[in-house]
Amino acid sequence: MANAAGDDLEADVLIIGGGVAGTWAAIAAAREGASVILADKGYCGASGVAATAGPGHWWVPPDQRAQAIERRLATCGGLGDRDWMARILDLTWRTLPTLAPYYRFPKDENGVTQFRALRGPEYLRAMRMIVIDHGVTILDQSPALELLRRADGSIVGARGRQRQRHSAWSVRAGAVVLATGGYAFKSRLLGGQTNTGDGHLMAAEAGAEMSGLEFSNFYSIAPARTSMTRSMSYAFARYFDADGRELDIPPGPDNTRDLGRALLQGPLFCRLDRMPEDIRARLSRISPNVPLTFDRLGVDPFKDRFEVTLTAEGTVRGAGGLRILGEDCATNVEGLFAAGDVATRELVAGAMSGGGAVNSSWALSSGQWAGRGAARLAKQLGRRADAPTQAIGEVGLRPKERARDLDPRDIIRQAQKEMLPCDKNLFRFGPTLSASLSRLDRLWEDLRNGLACSGDRAIAAREAAAIVATSRWTYAAALGRDESRGMHVREDTPDEKDGYARRLNVGGLDKIWTKFEADCFSEAAQ
Amino acid sequence: MIELIIAERCTHCGECAKICPSNVFDAKPNAPPVIARLEDCQTCFLCELYCKADALYVGADCETANSTTFEGAQASGTLGQYRRESGWDEFDGDARFANEHWRMESVFARARDLARNR
Repeated sequence: MANAAGDDLEADVLIIGGGVAGTWAAIAAAREGASVILADKGYCGASGVAATAGPGHWWVPPDQRAQAIERRLATCGGLGDRDWMARILDLTWRTLPTLAPYYRFPKDENGVTQFRALRGPEYLRAMRMIVIDHGVTILDQSPALELLRRADGSIVGARGRQRQRHSAWSVRAGAVVLATGGYAFKSRLLGGQTNTGDGHLMAAEAGAEMSGLEFSNFYSIAPARTSMTRSMSYAFARYFDADGRELDIPPGPDNTRDLGRALLQGPLFCRLDRMPEDIRARLSRISPNVPLTFDRLGVDPFKDRFEVTLTAEGTVRGAGGLRILGEDCATNVEGLFAAGDVATRELVAGAMSGGGAVNSSWALSSGQWAGRGAARLAKQLGRRADAPTQAIGEVGLRPKERARDLDPRDIIRQAQKEMLPCDKNLFRFGPTLSASLSRLDRLWEDLRNGLACSGDRAIAAREAAAIVATSRWTYAAALGRDESRGMHVREDTPDEKDGYARRLNVGGLDKIWTKFEADCFSEAAQ
Repeated sequence: MIELIIAERCTHCGECAKICPSNVFDAKPNAPPVIARLEDCQTCFLCELYCKADALYVGADCETANSTTFEGAQASGTLGQYRRESGWDEFDGDARFANEHWRMESVFARARDLARNR
């Protein structure tokens, strides 16, 4: 059943977020016999970064997995986990072929079906159909604003807004899965404008801990002033300065710091003339939205030099997120599970980007584990719908002082000034991070004391609060890890330090804390 | 950003308003939708993909909406391009628009070889 009307609903399991992880969570919970409601901020089937892209997967035949895991572990900065890697490899391999009735997998020249990489719009369209066929109730255009908590601290639902009907909704449930995606500060990352960290904020208000938020400074190349952060074509790029001089920058994908340095010198231009003719001819059949962008710009990317930029991807192609405590993707808060990019992917990506293959495999795997875990907990505890609950949203909803006239858009612009520039977030210096964090703390205090919105305006207010909150955790973690590891490079401490191959937890709202974990939960790379 | 709703083509089906991930449109009964929250447009082109009438034009510029006209959009030759090249609707099964997304892996491999022999 899709698009149920009704304001006060009940279910065994509530899923917040309808991208890859959320839809898999909904299906897995329904397969456990749970009644499931899925609330998506936008439209389940078009929302989320995967819907605009083409998720590849970590797709490795069983006999090659041990080797693949060792290779991956070697890049993880000591923070990856062999067992979790094996689990997502196994589940990815078993899961993707089950999509066949809903997604037409192409065959290669030899007639071999290609399961590894899916087109985003078709993948998510298929996921919506499967979710509906499992009897899940979908609430589209229904951002969650805050969680509902029982007196014992457990989470038993959420409330939010249906932004097209301009009405409130609430769902009481035995357990809740957060699948709200990574956060990217509204950087114009393709498909990422709704990835504002709402789930992180709601979870933190419930006392959830996060991990690895220092691994949140992945940047992707895109034509300047466009959203098209799909990077495959740039593997064939040449780069030029404003005077047309070719720059000594290697082709992608591992050239972000070179690009960042060039951009700090001035405008940066690119040409894709190294792309072989046969690939040019196929580009629209591989990624149809990439040539569309060039065509709309009136640019021939193989002949013309076009301006490029780096777009911040935050934790979307980063690695950090809500801390996971068990194989069912439970957080440290009773009744609250996390799946996909809202959860930490350090388990499978370590300190490196899990962008592309690993994060996609994580999303479909953690989604299923979290959905099943939530369904089992709900079955065990019951819905407990008669117990009194409290709505626990704070900033943007319930100010400490008298509400002031604060504009969420202005707040977001101020946070972006700290989070988007390469010289602050890509090239990290302790003193610069501290100065940014002080400004963000003051911004938070303003919000905390005076931002209060009701009705549909609460949605933008909560997005602003979440962007400032995630910005502060990001820089607190970047300061806490005063060394360099993986994508987190501190220019003032450029090497890995002994004893730092441990995950860094972060949390708190008004007062932020960071703490290194004692050990990773199974042995790291040897 | 979304720049144009072509009233001559729009069938008032409301699909763009329904699926827009950032809720840019307001659907109207028996009329084209209205671009009610332009600043929220994330330039993802999904509204075009879902528009069977090819009545929408999203500019590549994600910061500014230019004043593209129906004639200008038609002259660009790109109206309906994303839907067609994705092989949706009436283009489903058309070999010219086959899904070759799976080649991405081999494209990266070709690029690595080229870089090595540079």
